[in-house]
Amino acid sequence: MTDLATAFSLGAQGWGDELLAGMATTAQLAATAYACGLVLGLAGAAAKLSGAWLLRALADLYTTVVRGVPEILILFLLFYGGASLVRGLLQDLGHTGPVEVSAFLAGAIALGVVSGAYSTELFRGAILAIPRGQLEAGRAVGMGPWLRFRRILFPQMLRYALPGLGNLWLVMLKDTALVSVIGLNDLLRVGYIAMGSTRQPFTFFLAVALMFLVMTIVSMIVLHRLERWAGQGVRRA
Amino acid sequence: MLDLAFYQKIAPTLLDGAAVTIGLMAVSVPCGFVIALPVALARVSANRFLWAPAYAFIFFFRGTPLLVQLFLIYYGLGQFAVIRDSIAWPLLREAWWCAVLALSLNTGAYTAEILRGAIQAVPHGEIEAGRACGMSPALIYRRLILPKAARLALPAYVNEIIMLLKSSALVFTITVIDLMGAANLIRSRTFRIYEPLVAAGALYLAMTFAVTRVAAWVESALAPERRPPR
Amino acid sequence: MVKRTVAALVAVVVVGFTAGLAMPQDDALRIAVEGAYPPFSETLPSGEIVGFDVDIARALCAELKAECEIVDQAWEGIIPGLLERKYDAIIASMSITEERKQVVDFTEKYYESPGAFVGTKDVAVEITVDGLAGKAVGVQGATVSECYVESNWGDIVDLKRYDTQENANLDLTLGRLDLVFADLFTLTDGFLNREGGDAYEVKGGSIADRACMGEGIGIAVRQDDDVLRERFNAAIRAIRASGVYQEINAKYFPFDLYGAAP
Repeated sequence: MTDLATAFSLGAQGWGDELLAGMATTAQLAATAYACGLVLGLAGAAAKLSGAWLLRALADLYTTVVRGVPEILILFLLFYGGASLVRGLLQDLGHTGPVEVSAFLAGAIALGVVSGAYSTELFRGAILAIPRGQLEAGRAVGMGPWLRFRRILFPQMLRYALPGLGNLWLVMLKDTALVSVIGLNDLLRVGYIAMGSTRQPFTFFLAVALMFLVMTIVSMIVLHRLERWAGQGVRRA
Repeated sequence: MLDLAFYQKIAPTLLDGAAVTIGLMAVSVPCGFVIALPVALARVSANRFLWAPAYAFIFFFRGTPLLVQLFLIYYGLGQFAVIRDSIAWPLLREAWWCAVLALSLNTGAYTAEILRGAIQAVPHGEIEAGRACGMSPALIYRRLILPKAARLALPAYVNEIIMLLKSSALVFTITVIDLMGAANLIRSRTFRIYEPLVAAGALYLAMTFAVTRVAAWVESALAPERRPPR
Repeated sequence: MVKRTVAALVAVVVVGFTAGLAMPQDDALRIAVEGAYPPFSETLPSGEIVGFDVDIARALCAELKAECEIVDQAWEGIIPGLLERKYDAIIASMSITEERKQVVDFTEKYYESPGAFVGTKDVAVEITVDGLAGKAVGVQGATVSECYVESNWGDIVDLKRYDTQENANLDLTLGRLDLVFADLFTLTDGFLNREGGDAYEVKGGSIADRACMGEGIGIAVRQDDDVLRERFNAAIRAIRASGVYQEINAKYFPFDLYGAAP
């Protein structure tokens, strides 16, 4: 028992503080990647619903490929291949200095690309669920495109998409564990390092699992509140 | 530009890996279903001692990353001498069986949740009708609820199989050389990043496509009334 | 409540982005170490990375009068990370091999080490075709050890690849492996001489295999980085001449790690 207390203590002897720091990295990574995913998802949905066939085809290709291959593969491809792509691009533009994309940002963008494919479909469905008549009514009273988006489309889309987006967040939280494989010091990798040094794999991985559950529970509570907030003013049966 | 000779060279390794991936799926999907059915039934039961453990099982395996579950089973279980001396050890010793166990438990939890949703979505009137005809609860389950739930659950279940196929790419972290593992092996040996990963991605895409095609066929076979008339 | 939550989330994301985008403003020399290869490199519960490689890195930096930053990088991505300019050099017990020379440049060796098989004392193993047939052998993937076992015994052993040496050792203690093959020094000081290591022993003595193991352990730099490579070469010679190297050597090993002069 005292062994356990030492193993998880906060000081230099225990792994408690490292695990908590890993948890913070995981949460921050998930939030950043999720934000990337939302932006990509909005753009993807707009492209899918647009009149231009090229945009539609590109968006279709994006969602089909990303949803059809493993997340870890995309992560490897973007993590190991992405930075050299960016560097090549910048060098073509005449930039000669060093270009650094941190492991954190590379991981966040890669996870965002994955999550963006799913949120594209979500947003597309949510936009289609909004009665066309409302947008026409907006135009009839003289609202501009931006105002129609801001006042009619966006708020309702958010409400329709919210349950799905909540799910996507929970998935994202777990997907962050993948970055441990490429060496980012997230929660799982800290557990991994601790295991290597203490030879107590079960203890540490169970602790990591429980910490993920705590993050899931907190997220579920927040999501529930958000859904209630977004549903304000909506008649319930 | 496109180095065909290189692709040709790595193809056998990748196909070996793909065979391992398919083997893992062929065992894990049925095992997962066998786990899911009783868990789902326990989960919808009114008895607290049945639904509480089912709920905890589903919550744990859906709330934690598969990667953690893999490590917990592969590295974690060996921490205990009791398990190392048990009859299960000859199996748990093998990374492949650890992968099957983790994948089965994981998909079992997700499938149980899908089945629960489907069971609860069976219209109440149909169950009442069965009761009115004097069917026993077991018969109602067998004749009314489960067939209807199976059809309701199918689209989500197919999705879950595709998810599992993609998740199975993580088993390379516990020394199983599946398709992803093969791609990694080539990548670390040749220091070429794109070719092995792109080729593996194409193979995964082909596999997910095959699953969706088979599923569409099964779905239409299960719903004869929705088939176009011949 | 909700607005505050949203505001907090936005703040987290913004911090994440700016932290990630921060370009390296200073001219600090960034050096990658592995952190899971005792006694050359290991992570303490305090999060600090220590070991022979790390000490050498710091000594070289002091010699170069450069400001250094030690970067912890998993072995899996350590060469790609160098090419992506995540750091400028790798000091992670990396053997100088022809295969790696295709993509990175190496300094002179900073130590040399043979490889060895380690297994449980309970079972006698001969390092011969008959002795090794069917044995489960663990190695760290993408290492000279993997190369050696695969090219010499690949057809007869059941070869398993791990991402760190620690995990291979762990599986040896769990009984999943009959043998591990790795650098002799990491096996003796990172495994055999530590808690739980006394039930295991080196099987068949040390093995030197130039074809796979190359010409010693060097520092990897990018191929266009001749200046840095030469500075490191000069610094290695300098710390060997000044006795700093021998001090570090003695801290970890009772024998000379450097081997014969090149």
